Parts: sequence; C-alpha cells; structure tokens
Amino acid sequence: MSDPQNTQSFETDSELDTSQQLQAGTTLVERYTIQGIIGIGGMSAVYQARDMHFPNVTKNVAVKEMVNRALDPVVRSTIVRNFEREANLLASLEHRAIPRIYDYFTLNERSYLVIEFVSGSDLEELVNNTNEFIEEERLVRWAIELCDVLSYLHNHKPESIIFRDMKPSNVMINAQDHVVLVDFGIAKPFQAGKRGTMIGTEGYSPPEQYRGEASPQADIYALGATLHHAITRRDPRLEPPFSFHERPILQHNPNVSSLLVKVIEKALEYQPEDRFQTAEDMKSALMGVAHETGMLPHIAASLSQAVRVSEAIQPIWSFKCEDEIRGSPVYTNGAVYVGCYDNNLYALDAHDGEFLWKYPTEGGIVSKPAFFDESVYFGSEDHRLHAVYLRNGRVNWTYYTKGPVRSSPFIAEGHIFIGSDDRFLHAVNATTGRPAWRADAGSPVRSTPIIANELVYFGSEAGDFYCLDFTGAIKWRFKAKRAVTSSAVVSKGTVYVGSVDSTIYALDAKTGWVIWRFRLSKPTISTPFMNDNLLFTGSVDGAIYCIDTNTSKEVWRYSTEHQVTGSPIILKDSLYCGSVDGCFYCLEFRTGRLRWKYQTEGPITGTPVAWEDVIAIGSTDHRIYAFAV
Amino acid sequence: MLKKILNILGFQKDEVESSLASGEVPTIPITDEKISAGIQPLAIAKRPNLPQLIAGCAQSVGMMRGHNEDAILVYSALFANQEGYVPVGLFIVADGMGGHKHGEVASNLAVRVVGREVIQKIMLGFMDIHPTPPEEGIQEILESSVMAAHRTITKESPGSGTTLTAILILDKHMSIAHVGDSRAYSLDNQGKLEILTRDHSLVKRMMELGHLTEQEAAIHPQRNVLYRALGQGEPFTPDISTTALPNAGHLLICSDGLWGVVPQDEMVRLIRSTSSPDLACQLLIDAANKAGGPDNISAILVQLPIFSD
Repeated sequence: MSDPQNTQSFETDSELDTSQQLQAGTTLVERYTIQGIIGIGGMSAVYQARDMHFPNVTKNVAVKEMVNRALDPVVRSTIVRNFEREANLLASLEHRAIPRIYDYFTLNERSYLVIEFVSGSDLEELVNNTNEFIEEERLVRWAIELCDVLSYLHNHKPESIIFRDMKPSNVMINAQDHVVLVDFGIAKPFQAGKRGTMIGTEGYSPPEQYRGEASPQADIYALGATLHHAITRRDPRLEPPFSFHERPILQHNPNVSSLLVKVIEKALEYQPEDRFQTAEDMKSALMGVAHETGMLPHIAASLSQAVRVSEAIQPIWSFKCEDEIRGSPVYTNGAVYVGCYDNNLYALDAHDGEFLWKYPTEGGIVSKPAFFDESVYFGSEDHRLHAVYLRNGRVNWTYYTKGPVRSSPFIAEGHIFIGSDDRFLHAVNATTGRPAWRADAGSPVRSTPIIANELVYFGSEAGDFYCLDFTGAIKWRFKAKRAVTSSAVVSKGTVYVGSVDSTIYALDAKTGWVIWRFRLSKPTISTPFMNDNLLFTGSVDGAIYCIDTNTSKEVWRYSTEHQVTGSPIILKDSLYCGSVDGCFYCLEFRTGRLRWKYQTEGPITGTPVAWEDVIAIGSTDHRIYAFAV
Repeated sequence: MLKKILNILGFQKDEVESSLASGEVPTIPITDEKISAGIQPLAIAKRPNLPQLIAGCAQSVGMMRGHNEDAILVYSALFANQEGYVPVGLFIVADGMGGHKHGEVASNLAVRVVGREVIQKIMLGFMDIHPTPPEEGIQEILESSVMAAHRTITKESPGSGTTLTAILILDKHMSIAHVGDSRAYSLDNQGKLEILTRDHSLVKRMMELGHLTEQEAAIHPQRNVLYRALGQGEPFTPDISTTALPNAGHLLICSDGLWGVVPQDEMVRLIRSTSSPDLACQLLIDAANKAGGPDNISAILVQLPIFSD
C-alpha cells in the first residue's frame, strides 16, 4: 500500500519468523508474483506484488499476509471466516479514499488480502521527513477529505463502520496529493491471540475507547489528534494521554489560523458530547475555515479532481448483422456462431470477427446454437430445428415442429433435446434428424432443456417444470405460479430455476421438492450461472443477483438501469452480463463491484460467450462485440 | 448412457432401439397419473443394501450439575418402494439455560415444537395416499418451526432459553437449522472432522480460550452476535443451510458439554473406534465425564449410508 521505503506503522517487535517471509519471485495462487516486502510486524506482512493476470501491463498490487496462530481448529476457522466476512465488507466499500480490495484467499495458516497498491507516503513520514510545517491549506484539504471518508463509513448501511484507528501512519497521501485511508481492521481477528491488544493506538484514541466504546465521535477525536500531530509536529505517543490541551497549537506553530485551531480543539474535547457530533459537522467547520481564510477556491478545485480514473474499455472487434441480435453467441474451434433476427445464423472468425459464412432460415433466430460432431444445431421461428455443417454453413438436415422454436438445443447421448412453441419437448437423433420421442408439456417450451444424471429438466410457459427420464416418461413435475422461461442449472443434486413468478427455486433433483425459494422484486427469465455455492442471475427488476445456494441468502446485487434478461457468466474472477439498458457489465464476482461497462447502442438481451481471454456479446444494435479481458 | 439406463430399467435393448427409430413415437401425455407411473422396476433388486441412517445417541447430566437441561430428538425413517428409496431423518439437540428448572422447559419445548412442525409439514406428506410435497420450501419450514418454538418458549416459559441444532435429512440433502452454541459436525471416512455450524457465542468462547480479554471482547467487531438463543428477547433468525448429504461418514450433533470438554482429535478417535453409533456416543459422554463433566452432555451420532448411484 506504500512505497517499499515507506512505513505503515507495523509494530517493530517482529514475531513473524523472517525465514517464513515470502521471497521475491514467489507466486501465490498462480497469480500474484511477490516483488518485495513493504512492511512487516506483529502477525502480518505486506508485500508488493504483480498481478500476472495482466501479462502485458505491469499491474502492481499490495498483498497483505496474516498468520493465523490460534491452536483450536474451530477458533482458527472462525478467524478465517471473520477475515473473509471483513474482506467482503471492505470489498463492498466504494470510496476514492479507500483502497480497493481485489481478492482474498487463505492458504493453510495464512490468509491474504490483495489490495490496490497506493504509491505515495503516509502522513507520519511526511511529518518526519522534513523540518518544515505542512502548509495549512494542504492540511485543511486533507482534513476535509478525511471527514468525507469518515462520513462515508459512519453512514454505511446496514451498519455504521467506525474506523477506530485514525492516525498519521494510516493516512496515505497518494501521488495526486489526495488522502487514502489504509489499514482497516482486517488484521484484528489475527491479533486476538495476543493478550492485551488494544484496538486503536495509544496517543490518538479517545478516552472512551479504552472503556470499549466506539462511536463516530471517537473517530473525530482521533482525527483531531492526527491533525494536532501533523500541525504541531509533536508526537502524542510520546506525551501523557489526553494532554493535547497542554500543548496549545499556536505555541508550537504560530502560523496556524486561529479558526483551524478552534476546529482541532473542538475535535479533541475530552467528553464525546463536546466534540463535533458527526464528520459532516466537522467538515462544514473546516469548509468554514477554508472560506474565511480565502483558501476555499484552491481547495474546491482540488477536491473535485479526486475522481478515480478508469481506463476506457474498447472492443477488439465488432461485427454488424442486418437486424437485432437477441440471442446468445457460442464459440467452437476458432469460430463464433450467432443467430440474428435477420433470419441468418452467422459464423465469424473468433480472432478478428471476419465473416466466414451465413446460413439463412425463414424466421428470426433467438436460439443459442449447440454443437455435435460436424454440425451446429439451433432453432428458428420458422418452426424448424436446423443442423448445419460447421465448415461451410450448408444444411445437414432440418426437423419441423409445429410452432416457432425459441428454445435452445441441448445435446446428450447423440440426441438433440429442444422445446418448441408447439408445446412439445422434442428429442431428435443428432445424426439423422429423426425424432426419438416428444413429450407434451401442455404449453410452449421456450426454456432450454438440461440433462443431468440421465434426467431431462425443462420448464414451460404455463409454469410447469418437468423432470423426464431418457424415455420421455415423467419423473416429477413442479408447478411455478407463472411461466418458466429461463433454463435450469443442476448442481450437487439440486435444480435451480427462475420463474416469471419472480422467484428462484431450488428443487431436489430427484423428487422436485422445494428446498428454498428466493424472492426477487420482479420476474426472471435469465438462466442462473453457478460457481461453487454461489448462484448468479439477472432479473427484470434490473439487478444482477448473487445468492448463496446453501443458505438462500443474497450475497450482493448490482443494479443496472433496465431489465436483465440475459444470463451472467463468470470468467476468472469477473462476472460479465448485459442489460436492456444497453450496457455490457464487468463486475467483481465476489463483491458485485463494477469493474467496467461498455455502452452499446441497443438493449442487450442475450448471454455472453467466453473463449481464451476474449468475451463476446450480441446487442440489438445489430452488432456482436468482442472484448479482451 | 441410454443403453445403461435402459438396462437399469430392465428394458430389452432392441425393443427400445426400435421405438427410438420408429419416427413419430406416441407422446407421453402429461397427467398426474403418469407421474406415479414413471417408475424404475428393477431399482430394488439392483441394490440389496438399503441406504439407512443409523443413529445412536447418549445423554448425561454430567458430574457437576444437579439436573439435565438438554433435550434431544432422534427420528429416522426409510421409505422404500419400487421407485427407489428415500432415507429421512430429523435429529435435534437443544441445550436449555436460564435458572432453576426453566432451562429444561425451554429445551423440551424447542425439540417438541420443531419436531412436530417438521414431521407434520414434511414427513407426513410421504405417508399420504397420493404423496404430496409441501407447499413451502424446506428451508422455510425449518425457519418457521424454529420461530414457532421461540414464540412458544417466550410464552410458556419466559426468561428461559435454549440452543437448537437440528439436522433434517431428506434423501441426498441435509438441511441444518442452528441457533446458539451446540454444534453439528461431519466426519468423513478418512477421519476429517468438519464443523457445520457457527457458534453464536464466538466472543464468549474466545474469552474462555484466553484469546480475548474482557476489554477486547467489549469492542470486538463480532460482539453483536454475542448470543442468540430461542426464548431470549433479542430478535434473531436461525442459521439455515442445505447441502448435499455426504456420501458415507458420520454426522455428530452435540451440546457444549461435549465439544467444550473433549478435544476434537479425541472425539474423532472415539467415533472411529467402534462401528456402533450408540456405543460411540457412550464413549464420547464417558470421555466428557472423565474430563470433569462440568455441564450436561448430549450427543447424537448418525452413520450415513453409502449411495451407489
């Protein structure tokens, strides 16, 4: 989080066996290559590392390592879980003065947090490395920024966050001269084994914190102490506790405006109720100082520049069809295939988006193609299931249903399973195009069937969700209150499926019994995506949801500007999903934080496809876009 | 795979191939009648060993207490017919607290209310002439039954409280409802013990272990989840989770009279020392009493079946 020569207030009584430090060149989780150590102390160390997922650019990150010393296995795993919960909480924070959390993981008795690398110096160093006083204008601007970040934390929902350890060494001043608050209490659980550890730092913490109270006014006191230290150059850790009033600011630094002195003194009142009650109050007092002393114009200009710069992402190629792309592309063997509302299936070179061939049907194509042997299979609103040779786009065979085919094919055991608006689920021999059987679902089948453990699962527009065996006989049927248009996923004996009745269901795969129901505020037709015990899906309510499938609790949600009808996919540690608002979103999949988004010129209704390091999505602006990730 | 299934189903191979190749085959009409007819005739014959849940349990007042405030429920069943079989089980440990005699009232009510609700809403569906799955989800039923127990205790025995750790097994899923600091563990056949619940008294426990001072505990970030118990005034929701039932191995549910006294390695060793879950529970309780038996001790051990499919 700082330059290698900088300190970050790590205790010097190094308990960490130095022989166990990570050596430069070590790569963690095949991703973070250690460059060197930034700081070490107590039970933690911070390394500078390079993120090898970005091979073509140097992306530096800070890796904080914490050693778990608890002997009792339950306490040990509790510490790890607390660490992970804390990491998740921190990852959900979005403020320019808080380093971003990229990743966390635990390897044996060590837990790691991967954080934004902040270059710059901390305030303690700035004070120590010079004999000059810091300019008042700069300090006031930093103080205002610190009030902003405290206000953000104190107003955090659902629970207010008290920082508890405001001090100069935890305030980084970055290369743009803005403050970044570092060293959140992430390491606290790991220090629990050290008896008598005080949370907070002597000299800066207010009296009540020693009684175990933490409040916004405690952070305000510590901010006052931090400013007092910076402006007087007198380190409070070397003085008796709570003795700031014995060191009047003007005695040490006569150039400070009396207005600022008053603000700092008020923050340092012994009784919490005599201090500023909120960080906003303190900020407006500081703004008042800035206004009265005439420094406000400079400060205001500088404050507004403190916006995080995000690199603009651009597609590596795009290809324009003659009508909307509502469905989803697929990839195989160097080519991308996508159906279009201009009735054609397009084959494109995955490398550069060059046109390879197109195959005309007589209806719009929303079906997502699938492959088997030499052919690509897909449905069309011309009522047919088409089998087309991959190499040249010539027809292999077609199979007629009695209604538009909006379902997508699923291929298993040499058979194509696909639904049709003619109310049937069709099982068709992939080689010959001859039907094996069809099952009457009673209403149009637009969901994609899925096959797991020799059972076929699909939903119908009347809200029936079926489980058939391979002969087409019904094993069980579950009734949702409205249509099941989205396709199911099956994982560990459980079927997950969303419905237009605004519910995601977890059903026992063998019996169809409901294990849990998760209520959305609006319908879903998006097919869930599973990653371990996390389920990701979109809803017409405009949000992308992440749900823990064990507990059926929401982990996070990200709101887009319009309906999310396509499905998310995960590649590496990012989730990709389009929205009817026209944007293609890239989120951190653990936290739902936005990484980037790309605005297309029409609603996105389909699902992206990924291959190697490329991800592609179709838009109703007639184009398919490919991005390098 | 088709052939494999058809063999399992007992169909003749060529018969089926002809039906697959015969073009427009008759459609399976979708009616309720057909649902029960979608059967696998040879399922039983293929698997002579029914996958039963074999449960043992033991309880002791301990060496220091005058009366027992723990309550347990062990309910295990197996439904088997031509379609296959479904092992079903409900196992509960409740550890009561709250002064003279009241603790046992709370733990008894908790076990009875949760047991009744779950058996009524889930188990009885199996016994119907036309088996009907419950309207609500299994997790919802568990949660509402725990909340019903909470309300009953608050009304019937104000001031008392109890922990509750329940495992509901339905076929190949297990759902856990948990409040307080009793624990559920799974033990695989390699001897790896994994805790399935999270104590709702972490800070207290860390203090007991000397990892936290009182002062630290008071400002510990987790102090808000200091204590959750049924019958106590604070609003709470039980921890509920559903996961795949481990294939083989054991599940253990116990009160802190066991896990707080007998080291984990010793618990594993005792469980693995015998093939009888009942005997293993006796050994666990003896070990807790030998170590001083400061509290009531309850243990339920379930030996899990090996599913071949």
